[in-house]
Amino acid sequence: MKSLAELQAIKERTLKSMTSRSDSEDNTRIVVGMATCGIAAGARPVLNAFTEEIARRNLKGVTVSQTGCIGMCQYEPIVEVFVPGKEKVTYVQVSPEKAAKIVADHIVNGNVVAEYTVGSIAK
Amino acid sequence: MRELSLNILDIAQNSISAGASLIEIEVSEDTVKKTLLIGIYDDGCGMTQEQVTNVLDPFYTTRTTRKVGMGVPLFKLAAEQTGGGLKIESEKGKGTRVQALFKTDSIDFTPLGDVASTLVVLITMNTDRDFIYTRSRNGESFVLSTAEMKAILGEVPLNEPEVAQWMKDYINEQTNILLGGVNK
Repeated sequence: MKSLAELQAIKERTLKSMTSRSDSEDNTRIVVGMATCGIAAGARPVLNAFTEEIARRNLKGVTVSQTGCIGMCQYEPIVEVFVPGKEKVTYVQVSPEKAAKIVADHIVNGNVVAEYTVGSIAK
Repeated sequence: MRELSLNILDIAQNSISAGASLIEIEVSEDTVKKTLLIGIYDDGCGMTQEQVTNVLDPFYTTRTTRKVGMGVPLFKLAAEQTGGGLKIESEKGKGTRVQALFKTDSIDFTPLGDVASTLVVLITMNTDRDFIYTRSRNGESFVLSTAEMKAILGEVPLNEPEVAQWMKDYINEQTNILLGGVNK
């Protein structure tokens, strides 16, 4: 059974492996729209998929955060990826499966997944 | 919304926008009266009486401020379609209390869904706020408090993956114990 005492053990384990993980300007940022429209369209499992994929791959310098409605509710869940020095990429109608591919192709390998971007559907 | 837990996530976002430092979330069930109460209470900036009336109206509110919109009306609808209702109390500068009561035996009762995921998202995305989650059933309850967790964790943040996983497992386990092993 889980108990608060376990947090103490997690703390000791984590402190050893924790490097100065600052939320600095050099971080790649993944921002998930979490307004009513985003939540209704399935943003919660998408956000979880990003955080889990990043944890699983033990990626450093990548932060996941949330934002409000950006005004294209019909394309939610919307995810914006900010890589320092690069133009912002907006992904639309993201699913947990697409999230995993975005992490693998875009975040890890630097290749934008063009077919999931807003440019591929908004005419 | 497919699950009430998504409404909780949505309504609690309003508390975040309102600059709340403490957000309390209550889910309490009475299996005799067949009711479920969901409460979201915050110490944020609060609203005037006029704003309180407005948040219930999706058409008026969407064009006044960006902070409010469909969220509260959808939650109200989910409660009213079961024969329950929603009430909001708010005071400018003090905070806001949103409570929705559901009749669980109604055919239109939306399942509660994955509350643990909602809480983990809220807590890990807003580590600078505090959350108290109280889940109760027929008078018995368990509580998860981020202040208590922070006291143990020290400089280890609540969004550390292992901590997030622990929270999710803890909430699910405590909920199952509370429900007497009945999966809901």
